[in-house]
Amino acid sequence: MVRALGMDYAEFERTPIAFDYEAMMSAHGYSLDDIVGIQTAGGVGHTPLLELKNLTDLVRSMSAPGMGARIFVKDEAANMAGSFKDRRASVSIHAAKAKGYAGVITATSGNYGAAVSSQAARNNLKCIICQEAFDSRHVGQPEIIEKSRICEAFGAEVVQMTVGPELFSHMLELLDETGYFAASLYSSFGVSGIETLGLEIAEEMLSVTGEYPTAVVITHAGGGNTTGTARGLKRGGATETQIVSASVDLSGLHMASDDDFNRKSFTTGHTGFGVPFATWPDRADVPRNAARSLRYMDRYLTVTQGEVFYVTEAMCKLEGLERGPSGNTAMTAALSLARELPRDATVVVQETEYTGAGKHHWAQLNFAKEQGVEVRAGDPRENKPGTTIVIPERPEQIQAVDFDIAHMRASYVRNVLKHAPEGYEPTPEDVAFLAADTNTDEATVNDTIARLRKA
Amino acid sequence: MSDARHCTAGEWVEVERVLLEPADRASNLPPETANKPLLTWVKGFAQSEADLGEDLTVETMTGRRVTGQLSAINPGYFHTFGRPIPELTHVGADLRARLDAYRAGGE
Repeated sequence: MVRALGMDYAEFERTPIAFDYEAMMSAHGYSLDDIVGIQTAGGVGHTPLLELKNLTDLVRSMSAPGMGARIFVKDEAANMAGSFKDRRASVSIHAAKAKGYAGVITATSGNYGAAVSSQAARNNLKCIICQEAFDSRHVGQPEIIEKSRICEAFGAEVVQMTVGPELFSHMLELLDETGYFAASLYSSFGVSGIETLGLEIAEEMLSVTGEYPTAVVITHAGGGNTTGTARGLKRGGATETQIVSASVDLSGLHMASDDDFNRKSFTTGHTGFGVPFATWPDRADVPRNAARSLRYMDRYLTVTQGEVFYVTEAMCKLEGLERGPSGNTAMTAALSLARELPRDATVVVQETEYTGAGKHHWAQLNFAKEQGVEVRAGDPRENKPGTTIVIPERPEQIQAVDFDIAHMRASYVRNVLKHAPEGYEPTPEDVAFLAADTNTDEATVNDTIARLRKA
Repeated sequence: MSDARHCTAGEWVEVERVLLEPADRASNLPPETANKPLLTWVKGFAQSEADLGEDLTVETMTGRRVTGQLSAINPGYFHTFGRPIPELTHVGADLRARLDAYRAGGE
């Protein structure tokens, strides 16, 4: 992996628990200005910031007097390959090219594959995308089939696989076979590339409204989107902006299940990635994950499948904005959040993604019905992932739910202790690291450790 | 999908292969996954002629040579949008009416 990443992670390790996160993040040597330059040359970034006045008034029509924040969206679908993932890919591909690799490999069934394929094509690099695409019947969600297509359209070799975490060991075999660069979603190259998104939001909101945003809502899966955007906001001066992560609730579905694979109706932005990656980020395909969402997250909201499909339709009809459903997860949470905030507050949804055949809320719902999932109108509280998708009957029914972030922080500390050598006692340096990694303080971490020891 | 059952050398095709038999799979999988082989499909240019299901080597877009069983010849993409979703068709009109009423209320 050292060869495939062009970086030795051992130099950042401090103890069996702690490592120097900021040293790892800056080790690639690119400044934020360098990254803006790389992305501008690559056709990435500088996407439109749109104020959604109709959705804002819709929220105000159902809010208490004086409430209902202004809603904005960063239209990331305007990037080269149709999503914010272009920001993530561009820095990795630039580094791979600069270091003299002949090609790049990544494992993703999402927009990141399109982003890597597109940037690789522009940079004359060969490209292999490993996708978990099908169940054992060779049936796949239309959204993933579309992503296979777009990667092949950009000239990538797509290795489609059935369900299972062994995809990552196959990716390692391919890295060995080819000597290509590992364009991991979780490297510092990728996550640094997202910082420009936070930076643009800070600067553009300051210019448009005279203030930094009250809250930025971020569709959350592996944690890179939350991490990169939050870091960029801070670097742009928006240190007080609330960082709100949002995922589709897929509780009850097993991510490695051949049966559940085609009953998720979402390919990303869901709790099936969001919770495990937040509570144990170093499960990723790099020794230390650059995406560490608990460092930055102030709130974590979940929404239901039916609510997101409803909001995707509402965006089309009220804002003339037809975009892919997974990327609208944060928009759904934002409509709920904006009701709690005063009218002079601002909420920015920081991404959209491209849409098209397959990658569309109608396609995903028609496919769900074919898989035997019930789709009906009603109270979204009755939504049951994999069994019933309940489309709200009225917008008032859209109500994001707060996930217990204190519990997630404790889970993370438990996972860290579990992965430390047996009998290892955390040092003060470890406690300081865990406090930073959970966005808490040393007393909270010590309390958590004491509670875990007692349990 | 093409109806052809036989490819000639140089055609764009897909091969299927078993990466892991059930016995060789990861240890922590749910049973419905653990009892199935891990399969993979790769597309490339056929290096010889073959019938569907026969062993064939392809050269992929990166120049790799992969051998598997011929599973499709010039495979296409047939994903669509499908029909409008009845539970969503009213949303646009409902929300427009709601906005109009709100704005008529002088807000």
